[in-house]
Amino acid sequence: MREIPMTVVVNGEKHELTVPAWETLIECLRDRLGLLGVKKSCDVQVCGACTVLLDDRPVSACTVLAFEARGKSLRTIEGLARGDELHPVQEAFVEHGALQCGFCTPGMIMATVALLGENPRPTADEVKHYMRGNICRCTGYKRILEAILDASRRMSGGAKGNGGAKGNDGAKGNDGAKGNGGTKGTDGR
Amino acid sequence: MLRSFELCEPTSVAEASVLLARHGDAARIYAGGTELILAMKEGLIHYDHLVNVKTIPGLAGVRLDGGALRIGAATPHRVLERDPIVRERFPAVARMETDVANVRVREVGTLGGNLCFAEPHADPGALLQVFDATVRIEKKGGGRTILLEQLFVGPFETCLEGDELLTEIVVPPLPEHSAAAYLKFGFLERPSVGVGVAVTLDDGRVADARIAVGSVGPVPRRMREAEAVLKGKAIAESVAALPEAGQIAARAAEAITDLHGSAEYKEHLVGVLLRRAWEQALAAVDGRAGR
Repeated sequence: MREIPMTVVVNGEKHELTVPAWETLIECLRDRLGLLGVKKSCDVQVCGACTVLLDDRPVSACTVLAFEARGKSLRTIEGLARGDELHPVQEAFVEHGALQCGFCTPGMIMATVALLGENPRPTADEVKHYMRGNICRCTGYKRILEAILDASRRMSGGAKGNGGAKGNDGAKGNDGAKGNGGTKGTDGR
Repeated sequence: MLRSFELCEPTSVAEASVLLARHGDAARIYAGGTELILAMKEGLIHYDHLVNVKTIPGLAGVRLDGGALRIGAATPHRVLERDPIVRERFPAVARMETDVANVRVREVGTLGGNLCFAEPHADPGALLQVFDATVRIEKKGGGRTILLEQLFVGPFETCLEGDELLTEIVVPPLPEHSAAAYLKFGFLERPSVGVGVAVTLDDGRVADARIAVGSVGPVPRRMREAEAVLKGKAIAESVAALPEAGQIAARAAEAITDLHGSAEYKEHLVGVLLRRAWEQALAAVDGRAGR
């Protein structure tokens, strides 16, 4: 087979596509479907900027072949917000200022969504371990870690708005020692 | 951008073997693709045919069989990292898998692919050798089982014939009163040095010692001369003998200078990681067997 027909659900929308066997997922998403939130950076699956979710699993769109999405669902940064309402992870990143140039942010956020999907209340160390493959050259990671821990609280904390207000700020909140301890380690990683 | 190729999707090992035989050097097995696609993207290699073995039923999955762990070659690292059986019965394997590359590579990359690519800077090949792991190799009309350490012939080179597929990795359990540990160091995503050990204690003595070193030289390998230094010793004596064992292992590892560090540096790290891994394994043996 050189051309592969496939059905794929992208951000909830079903697509019937035919892709060359050698097309990568990032080419498919950016060039074929116009989803430019998927960022191409290192191009060798090291930096995480192109992280998308394939059946809720994080993959590098730069090195995974497009046909691997056959019969599966794909989620990109474009699929997170509902209209004007941001996803809690997006909200937390914004409120914590967990970005500077923003290029790594879509990948960071998608990796976070995957992490919290499988581990809703990670410790700071668990966050650092999981996110190790997502590289940011601007922030020093401190705010990213705080945003992720805060998003975790927002999403699993029960009542809506728990932690949603700025008052419950990052690592100083409920997680106490864990959050603080972890935060210190981040800058020097 | 990748050059064009044809994707073949066999539904059995025999069919895959026939495809590989038919296309010869123009074909390659495609499993996870985390190594192969990178090399193809960089233009280092090209194949006209990729044989997708993930479509073969039964080639992925983990099960326990008489105490041994049987791992389908197309099992992703992430499955091994998270599998409850692996975590409980082979904790050193699960821990090693949690630290392979990054989470996206682990989701897609497979254990069989990792071993067959034989990139010297990799983790599983070193640790699995201290379990005396074997691999099952099959082709149309036959198969063979070999020790994992025999699989590696050189950097990026295995003993697989052109029409053969690695189908299963079998990890036997360690004897009673044993524990394994794997430690690595690296400042890039791939390790500079990886050291795996397994210790078996009996009445306060080291009944068995197994050491494997990876990433440093051309292939991951067992360090039997270094093991001999530790075997039969009382626990404290074995710890005292670690510098000697480390020196022997460092020499035997055939370290080379590359972007992961100088040969001298890696030799030094072999000793450091051996000591730490040995102490970690000792501490993990249940009740230290009569100590």
